[in-house]
Amino acid sequence: MSMIAARNIHKSFQSQDVLKGVDLDIGKGETVVLLGASGSGKSTLLRCLNFLEMPTSGEVCLDGKRVGTPDAGGRMRYSETELCQLRQRVGMVFQQFNLFPHLTVEWNVMIAQRKVLGRSEAQARERARYYLEKVGLAEKINEYPARLSGGQQQRVAIARSLAMEPDVMLFDEATSALDPELVGEVLQTMKNLSGEGMTMLIVTHELGFAYNVAHRIVFLHEGTIIEEGTPDEILVHPKSERTKAFLRGHTVFRLPQPEETA
Amino acid sequence: MTYKWDFSFLWNYRHVLAEGLLNTVYLSLTVLACGLVLGAVLAAARISRFATLRAVGSVYVELFRNVPALVLLFWFFYTIPVLTGIQNGRFLTAAVAFSLYSGAYFCEILRGGIQSIDRGQWEASIALGMTFRTVFGSIILPQAIRRTLPALTNEAIEVFKISAVAATIAYPDALYQAKLISDTEYRPVEVYTVIAVLLTAIILVLSGLSYALEYKFSKSN
Ligand SMILES: Nc1ncnc2c1ncn2[C@@H]1O[C@H](COP(=O)(O)OP(=O)(O)OP(=O)(O)O)[C@@H](O)[C@H]1O
Ligand SMILES: [Mg+2]
Repeated sequence: MSMIAARNIHKSFQSQDVLKGVDLDIGKGETVVLLGASGSGKSTLLRCLNFLEMPTSGEVCLDGKRVGTPDAGGRMRYSETELCQLRQRVGMVFQQFNLFPHLTVEWNVMIAQRKVLGRSEAQARERARYYLEKVGLAEKINEYPARLSGGQQQRVAIARSLAMEPDVMLFDEATSALDPELVGEVLQTMKNLSGEGMTMLIVTHELGFAYNVAHRIVFLHEGTIIEEGTPDEILVHPKSERTKAFLRGHTVFRLPQPEETA
Repeated sequence: MTYKWDFSFLWNYRHVLAEGLLNTVYLSLTVLACGLVLGAVLAAARISRFATLRAVGSVYVELFRNVPALVLLFWFFYTIPVLTGIQNGRFLTAAVAFSLYSGAYFCEILRGGIQSIDRGQWEASIALGMTFRTVFGSIILPQAIRRTLPALTNEAIEVFKISAVAATIAYPDALYQAKLISDTEYRPVEVYTVIAVLLTAIILVLSGLSYALEYKFSKSN
């Protein structure tokens, strides 16, 4: 059974249809990479899955349970409580990190545990240290975000999400704002997470990473999934012309060998 | 003109002066605390996604920002008893009138700060499962306060100065006590000079605290 699923998701902004009926199932422990040209709706899809955007129609199911209830007219209604609970279980990492600049690294990871999960300060601190250690930043707990490099900030953001102990993690171009030499450390963290069996949906332009880490790759074009399959099927033997065109655009792409670290 | 200054008589009134200064500080700190809380709540209303709340917030601000503090004070002091038959104390009347007044200013300062904060802060917080209340109180407001500290300090100083208006309804603040002494001793020059110096000293302490806070916050930026 799938951990998280999108069923016929549509999303329009004013008159623009951005998502035109997306179906996507992600199994427990599966790592799925979402590819697509700029403006194809990748971010919008991710944001619909944790309801940072409200889908215009369609359903999201988490662990087999549908989110929201349809009203008499068939429109989905979501309660505030329900959405907060869903978001606790679906972590998200943003391109711009979005750490809380007024809090230390440790408190960045603690605050939602305290305020949302109601954990005690001691327990939240213990969990924060555990996850910061996991992303290799145990020695930075008392720094403020502004004093960290981009790569370190993004790893704190990952720890902040992980500390909620989510069932699913969404990554929206987590490395796109980073200097090239800092990309590796974040990708490595994501790769480790995938190896530990986290359910992940990743938007990235790092095709080498996608090739090595994804179990499945999904290609989105103008709001519709037009092709999906194993990394080999999509990246090496794409069928759709759109996918081929997209891959041609990534001229620097070369297939790394599996033993190369992503 | 050769005015012969003589401060010595004031020593006999030191308790009266001290009481006045304490009352000034007491009233000002009360107004400061209430005005800040009120301002934060109003700012939350003004950025709410509910149109009714936004409307309530802006009507409030336009109302209380535009009435002179003295008019507000007189209105509460002289009309409330007529309308309701309840005569509230001078402290309560002044505290309420000035809190409502400064709340409108604090609201606008904080709202500016809140709106300058990156959308990503809201999104990251919401994505962690926080409710509007938690995001506002734990993430957005603390950052807005840091950013607007100089403007908030200005308004806090304004609150201290406006508190002297309470002397007009005979609230025994520093100014009112000074007037009592001056009326008894016929030496307004010395009395008002001393009061002016003491009030300025208190406000300087306040600005000093604000700079210290600013310095402390600067470490996280
Ligand atoms: N809040 C919004 N209001 C209006 N239009 C929006 C909004 N968010 C996204 N869009 C539009 O939806 C389309 C898809 O945007 P989206 O951000 O999902 O694309 P993307 O695939 O993530 O692109 P990129 O690779 O550039 O991040 C774009 O045309 C964008 O202008
Ligand atoms: Mg995007």
